[in-house]
Amino acid sequence: MSLLRLRDVAVTYRVASGEVPAVRGVSLDLAAGQALGVAGESGSGKSTLAMALLRLLPRDARVTGEILLDGEDVLTMNWGRLRAVRWASASVVFQGAQHALNPVRRIEQQIAEPLLVHGMATPAEARRKVGELLEQVGLPAWRARSYPHELSGGQRQRVMIAMALACSPRLIIADEPTTALDVMIQAQVLALIRSLIAEHDISLIMISHDLSVLASMCDRLAVMYAGRVVESGPSGEVFRDARHPYSLALSAAFPTVGDPASRRAPKGLGGDPPDPMHLPTGCSFHPRCPVALPECAFQEVELWAAGESRTAACVHVRPESVQPAGPGEGLEKQSVPVARPAEESQ
Amino acid sequence: MTERRENAGERGSLLEARDLHVEFASRGRRARAVDGVNLAVGEGEIVALVGESGCGKTTLARTLLGLERPTSGSVLYGGAPLSYSSRALKAYRREVQLVLQDPTGSLNPRHTVYEAVAEGPRIHGMSDERDRVVSALARTGLRPPERFLHSYPHELSGGQRQRVVIAGALALDPRVLVADEPVASLDASVRGEILALLLRLRDELGLSALVVTHDLGLAWNIADRVAVMYLGRIVESGPVEQVLRSPTHPYTQALLSVLPESPSPVVLSGEPPDPTRIPGGCRFHPRCQVLAAGAAARAGVEGRCRSQPLAILPVSPFSADSHAACHYAGARLE
Repeated sequence: MSLLRLRDVAVTYRVASGEVPAVRGVSLDLAAGQALGVAGESGSGKSTLAMALLRLLPRDARVTGEILLDGEDVLTMNWGRLRAVRWASASVVFQGAQHALNPVRRIEQQIAEPLLVHGMATPAEARRKVGELLEQVGLPAWRARSYPHELSGGQRQRVMIAMALACSPRLIIADEPTTALDVMIQAQVLALIRSLIAEHDISLIMISHDLSVLASMCDRLAVMYAGRVVESGPSGEVFRDARHPYSLALSAAFPTVGDPASRRAPKGLGGDPPDPMHLPTGCSFHPRCPVALPECAFQEVELWAAGESRTAACVHVRPESVQPAGPGEGLEKQSVPVARPAEESQ
Repeated sequence: MTERRENAGERGSLLEARDLHVEFASRGRRARAVDGVNLAVGEGEIVALVGESGCGKTTLARTLLGLERPTSGSVLYGGAPLSYSSRALKAYRREVQLVLQDPTGSLNPRHTVYEAVAEGPRIHGMSDERDRVVSALARTGLRPPERFLHSYPHELSGGQRQRVVIAGALALDPRVLVADEPVASLDASVRGEILALLLRLRDELGLSALVVTHDLGLAWNIADRVAVMYLGRIVESGPVEQVLRSPTHPYTQALLSVLPESPSPVVLSGEPPDPTRIPGGCRFHPRCQVLAAGAAARAGVEGRCRSQPLAILPVSPFSADSHAACHYAGARLE
């Protein structure tokens, strides 16, 4: 059974000027012990999705769909159950550790808090556990007495990881855990996360804009654009041989040093990510797509099979059995379900 | 001087740091942020200055712009030492322009695009202000420029804002851009567009650029030469193909090895050290993986790594040679 199963998850923010659909129907599965990377740019909905998993979004966000953690729907849990699940079943490593840590409390108080709140340790046990956790993340135990400002960015991120590990969760959600860190410190933190999840058999969801980092850390990748998953599959295949033109652009944005194809040839994508309040019709990516067809402006796309355990939401991988929409239709109409062979089209 | 001319061939350096030292007082100690640097940017050349935070790369860039005064050594522009009188600096800054990393922070939210780009021409009392603004916007790809003149920064995307910042620099017809992490705060898909713009400006206008970055992929994407900085010194420099494909300094090798796709990462432990306590001998030796693995000892240079400081690397524009400040690399060449 999947450790985490998302079914048609949507998140809408209510703002003064109307409703902002940030996540628009995402379905994903994460098997126990697996690492899943969620890639996308700012505004793609990837961080909103990550925060929705433990209901950490502000009140003006409405979440629908199903978020099944070990078969139990997070969205219908009562507060007591939700508090028990947070930290103990699944925990979060936030981006920007300097803002996520409380500046006026010592490191040991912050790491011990989830242990004490969940009644998993007495104060004396918690103090010993904090020392162990710090050593696990490569910090000397005496750092427990430090305040966040006495630590470097990389050390603070290690403290965040120690907090996430404190209650021995089965799932860690890491939201841009190495953004804003130097390359060498980033390598240290990634190596640490990699060894800890392997050692403790923890599943990982890692959110990043950097496809190359995700590909090096995760078994599977899901690429998000404008609130939807537009491609998913084994990470190496998605990174090196993307089927969706957006994933292709995202992977080309991080050149391989030494590759003659990218020398003096930076690759980007024209245009800008869409405004979620005014999404383009048809495929949301079509205004920026280098291989768009005329029909993309009105054709609804969905995740079609694109090879062994791969999917992509692009008309270029659409199976022949699916009828392309004609002009004027398809906008309101639901598209044909994925793998069902449509006899009538023969 | 003669030696430099020979190395440079026919084209000389436009902007140059010569034996540059910049020191600050830091908590009662002396921080040697830039500790002996030679660096040259030739006409129409793009040089990437690469290093981790705290290595002194931003201080070096600020000193090249005349925003910091060197403790010793000099900044040369067009072969002449920089004069620090306010009139001379004003003229200098027309030719050597800074592009900051975060376009959201470097644009005034209450100023329109026109006002942002016109600021430079106005300070320099140029009469053809509007023409300069319009043509600078067009050069950065904001077309038609008239459409953007009355926009405010919040109405623009991140990529458009960075183009406005670059247009502000271009409005003065500079000869050199000094860009500090020009794409670090931009989305991945927009990054390539801004880098392509820098390349195009070099090709079309002959602009030189010094790009300060921690991103080796950026250097590979656009730079002609790269200089790798560690703790106040350039430890390796040369043409991008040479330095990034066959690095000789262990620090450059380590930086390249931790790129996500690299097969065997060498993760250096610890934080980048403190410019108030620069180690003796080779300044990289406490973290050096070659020394730690015993290779330096086998090559008979271990003693030198620990106690003998390295000479400051010579750097000439357009040079086809690469240099590394490393006893071990030197011994292997002999």
